Amino acid sequence: MHPVHRVGQRLERAPGLVPGLSRFFGARRRLALGTVVSGPLLWLVVVYLGSLALLVTSAFFRLDDFTGKSTSEWTVDNLDEAFTTGAYRTLVIRSVLIAASATLVCICIALPVAFYISRLARSWAKRGLVVALTIPLWAGYLVKAYALRAIFEPGGDNGGGFLNSVLGASPGFGYTATIVTLAYLWFPYMLLPVYTGFERLPDALLDASSDLGAGTLRTFRSVIFPLLIPSIAAGSIFTFSLSLGDYITVKVVGGTTQMIGNIIERTLLAPNQPLAAAFTLWPIGIMIVYLAVMGRLGAFKNL
Amino acid sequence: MQLSRTSRWSLRTITYLTIGIVYLPLAIVLVLSFNDSNALVWPPRGFTTHWWSTLTDVESAREALATSARIGIIAMLIAVVLGSLLAFGLQRFEFFGKNTLSFLAVLPIALPGIVTGVALRNTFVRFGWDLGYLSVVVGHATFCIVVVYNNVVARLRRLSPNLREASADLGAQPWQTFRYVTWPLMRSAVAAGAILAFALSFDEVVVTTFTAGAGVSTLPQWILNNFSRPNVLPYVTVVATIVMVISLPVAWLAQRLSDGPRER
Repeated sequence: MHPVHRVGQRLERAPGLVPGLSRFFGARRRLALGTVVSGPLLWLVVVYLGSLALLVTSAFFRLDDFTGKSTSEWTVDNLDEAFTTGAYRTLVIRSVLIAASATLVCICIALPVAFYISRLARSWAKRGLVVALTIPLWAGYLVKAYALRAIFEPGGDNGGGFLNSVLGASPGFGYTATIVTLAYLWFPYMLLPVYTGFERLPDALLDASSDLGAGTLRTFRSVIFPLLIPSIAAGSIFTFSLSLGDYITVKVVGGTTQMIGNIIERTLLAPNQPLAAAFTLWPIGIMIVYLAVMGRLGAFKNL
Repeated sequence: MQLSRTSRWSLRTITYLTIGIVYLPLAIVLVLSFNDSNALVWPPRGFTTHWWSTLTDVESAREALATSARIGIIAMLIAVVLGSLLAFGLQRFEFFGKNTLSFLAVLPIALPGIVTGVALRNTFVRFGWDLGYLSVVVGHATFCIVVVYNNVVARLRRLSPNLREASADLGAQPWQTFRYVTWPLMRSAVAAGAILAFALSFDEVVVTTFTAGAGVSTLPQWILNNFSRPNVLPYVTVVATIVMVISLPVAWLAQRLSDGPRER
């Protein structure tokens, strides 16, 4: 029995328990809206946006060198240091490149895999394949990072890593290991929207492309890929953002490599809260630009 | 779409290879939890169940587990209430600033965790609130709201407005329509959101690191702190295996729930 049919029955049994209340809300939709949305709105605006705003302003305060606490004296020195120092700029560019590479790796794997699951796998296997590829997301972030450390371990006094003992070679700890690990960690975030995108592609479109004489690659390049851009953009928001801010993975498998998160953490614990706040303006700014570009590509219709 | 035999074969190979690679690190952790060595290296040296049988002696792990569970449950409850309300409000009403609000709802996971963590820590310190359980719960709830919101809003979008109209035509008051039509159809999405929110909180480490005081240690923090301690490291692999073995079927359940009732 459909829920709607049940309503008729229940109404006869329980005629208007709180009719006054619902008429009150029904007539005053604004009030109903306010009641429903005010809680989450307060949390997101006051707690979250409020904290972000406080963080941004705290970047303009001078640090008291003796107490290690921020004073209420205004200064632009923190911003000057965070944005004009060559070494920090290099670090930011490196972080962006690492995050972009991890995202690219995710795209390159998600496209063929999602294509296979969506178009070639048998219908009963589809669900299972998607679940099999996405549930490891919940298996523990640190555990996976350390497991990849055991894989990339270049070998030493107390034994070698998995790659070393199985393949005889390992890239060791550094850029490659960091990018591979980040891509491994956040891959499900890319796969899901890309798979959904593939599922929405009409078969007729692909057939039409073949009928017009396009080969597989041509169909992919001229038909599939352009239609999947919003889905890829949506997935990339997560893979890029999560990789950009990650400072633990790079500690675990990055060797001496550093990312912007490491500087933020170290500065904050120094303690130099105002300078750390100034550093966070980098990822905030980069993500605002990134979100704007991805929004242009249609990402938010696919989130 | 016509595909050559070779491309079909290569696409299938890539897919199954990817699945293999995805599970390889998890399998390595499982194997190493029985390894007769206290280093995270391959190949394993010898087989032992020592770490598994003496796990209950590691009190710090038990405490961390309890802390994580407590924080996860409270953050989940806050997120379920606020996330569902937000999804309901955004889906059912038209109002000024609606798009901004739905964008704001995903911001806590669209911005890197370190930004959220540093921002909340700064706020707590500024207002003189102690860093402890409560600050971690606030931090976790902030990004957990998004997970519940995403799940519930996706379900509400799929629900046909005809159902509500039919219910109203049968004389149901708005609250009755909610109670007898909308709620039964959305509750599995709320449940899925709740499970995912708890899982996310249970696994979170960045926001936790910045919002936790000295006295609070969640399970991920316990893992982080003990990887560099050779005499505790094997227990970390055991705990990791247990968490994995529990969380995989639970995540599977969440996925089933979020698929929702079949179209009838």
